[in-house]
Amino acid sequence: MPLPPAITDLEPLKSHPAVARLLAWNKSAIQSVKFDRDEMTILLDRGSSREACALLRDDAECAFNFLSDITCVDWYPAEPRFEVVYHLLSIPKKERVRLKVRLNSDNAAVESVTSVWPGANFFEREVFDLFGVRFTGHPYLRRILMPEDWEGHPLRKDYPVEGYR
Amino acid sequence: MAHLAPTPVLEPGQDRTLILNMGPQHPSTHGVLRVLLEIDGENVVRLMPDIGFLHTGIEKTCEAKFYQQVVPLTDRIDYLCPLTNNLCYVLAVEKLLGLEIPPKAQWLRVLLNELTRINSHLVWLGTHAMDIGALTVFLYCFREREEVLRMFEMVSGQRMMTSYFRVGGVALEPPLGFFDRVRDFAGYFPEKVDEYENLLTGNPIWAMRTKGVARMTAEDAIALGATGPTLRGSGVDIDLRRDMPYSSYEKFQFKVPVSQEGDVFARYICRVQELRESCSIVRQALDGMPEGPIKADAPHVVLPDREKMKTQMESLIYHFKIITEGFAVPAGEVYQAVESPRGEMGYYIVSDGTAKPYRVHMRSACFANLQTLATMCEGRLLADVVAAIGSIDIVLGEIDR
Repeated sequence: MPLPPAITDLEPLKSHPAVARLLAWNKSAIQSVKFDRDEMTILLDRGSSREACALLRDDAECAFNFLSDITCVDWYPAEPRFEVVYHLLSIPKKERVRLKVRLNSDNAAVESVTSVWPGANFFEREVFDLFGVRFTGHPYLRRILMPEDWEGHPLRKDYPVEGYR
Repeated sequence: MAHLAPTPVLEPGQDRTLILNMGPQHPSTHGVLRVLLEIDGENVVRLMPDIGFLHTGIEKTCEAKFYQQVVPLTDRIDYLCPLTNNLCYVLAVEKLLGLEIPPKAQWLRVLLNELTRINSHLVWLGTHAMDIGALTVFLYCFREREEVLRMFEMVSGQRMMTSYFRVGGVALEPPLGFFDRVRDFAGYFPEKVDEYENLLTGNPIWAMRTKGVARMTAEDAIALGATGPTLRGSGVDIDLRRDMPYSSYEKFQFKVPVSQEGDVFARYICRVQELRESCSIVRQALDGMPEGPIKADAPHVVLPDREKMKTQMESLIYHFKIITEGFAVPAGEVYQAVESPRGEMGYYIVSDGTAKPYRVHMRSACFANLQTLATMCEGRLLADVVAAIGSIDIVLGEIDR
């Protein structure tokens, strides 16, 4: 079964409730969209991620009221290096959407969404711990999995798999 | 939701209160969970879980392995439901590849997943009851769990680290007599659940220790990212098996137990009812098990049969290529979630078109569920913390990965 090609045009995806809501709010918030393997991905402008999350949570049409996951991908040595990935789930509509924010390595910081979903707390701490991405406005941004005095961020691509010995 | 604000560092020396360290080696924490408690007499003022003692960097290890070599790693994440993790991972890779799985393999996966759920819930029920002081249930639960583990051994050769699912199907045809044994088990298991319920559900001591204890509202549970029975115990009706079906779950009839109270008892009753529903799914899977192949027809991904390898040149070449250089997966990304015994288990896999995953992230259900502990316990008695931890059903291997 060959995979259908990914749709990356904004035009055919405009009817998706999340895209439509974000476009109605602020056209410049969306940098690009992708529909691939039945999954919707929206690349957001870095400054608007928290507001976009709050908007999608509260809007009755989208109702993405549940934050499934926050994680990060390191595209070292490319720039922008980090891609913070949010997976939202709509419990009433049984739908998912993926939001992304791209961050440069010299200023790897994005607004925290703990004020939208308190459950983002541990996820953001994990991303901070393993990638070194900072979340501004996070109430307790400390290492969570690695020891407090650990040096480096193990899931970065320039960190060796065997660690430093 | 001021009370949902995460707890900052606890500082001693405040009036009346005392900092108490619980764990990392505490009998009721089910592993190495450390909980910092600020207590005023016997009342918990603040609570902060401290995790990471079992962190092994599995996500980093995955990036250095071929796609098929990751399957055994996924067992080690959650050692109580290895097959659920196997399933979630292979479903994600299959979605990346666009593979279609033959019906028999899908039904086998459903059958084994429900057995895994029974296995996991039995361990939870036994240890949770033991924490609260009901010792007998533990022995009863482990009696039935032993039988489930023997069935796993029969089908995969391993009791716990099964690694039975493969990208494209399952590893082996189940041995002769396996289905009869499962049918036998599914026949007598509901009586055993009655036995557990006789010991606990109507028991006034059990009710005193669980009813009205560690309450959580539906809004708090959603905001904190709780899933699975922890969420359904608070009255939110969502189950990924029914609502976003995978691996042909849409062909099975089952109820999703939901309780409204949001306390320890509600979560207990949800899980006990799930035991019965899982047993019913197992019976349906046995009755409707389709005939046919157990592996997808994709020679570049699925290892050939041993027989063909010895008689056909192409099979030998494919075998050699898959083992030595893996199989390339088209570039892209997927997020695949399944309903594990603890909640939403999700795999986010990014492929860059090579034979090794660029990034594998596991969304662990307990990791998010653990955040609800503070909401459940703050303002309540110290002894209730033990009941609350048990009712979330945590597995530290999954939390720390």
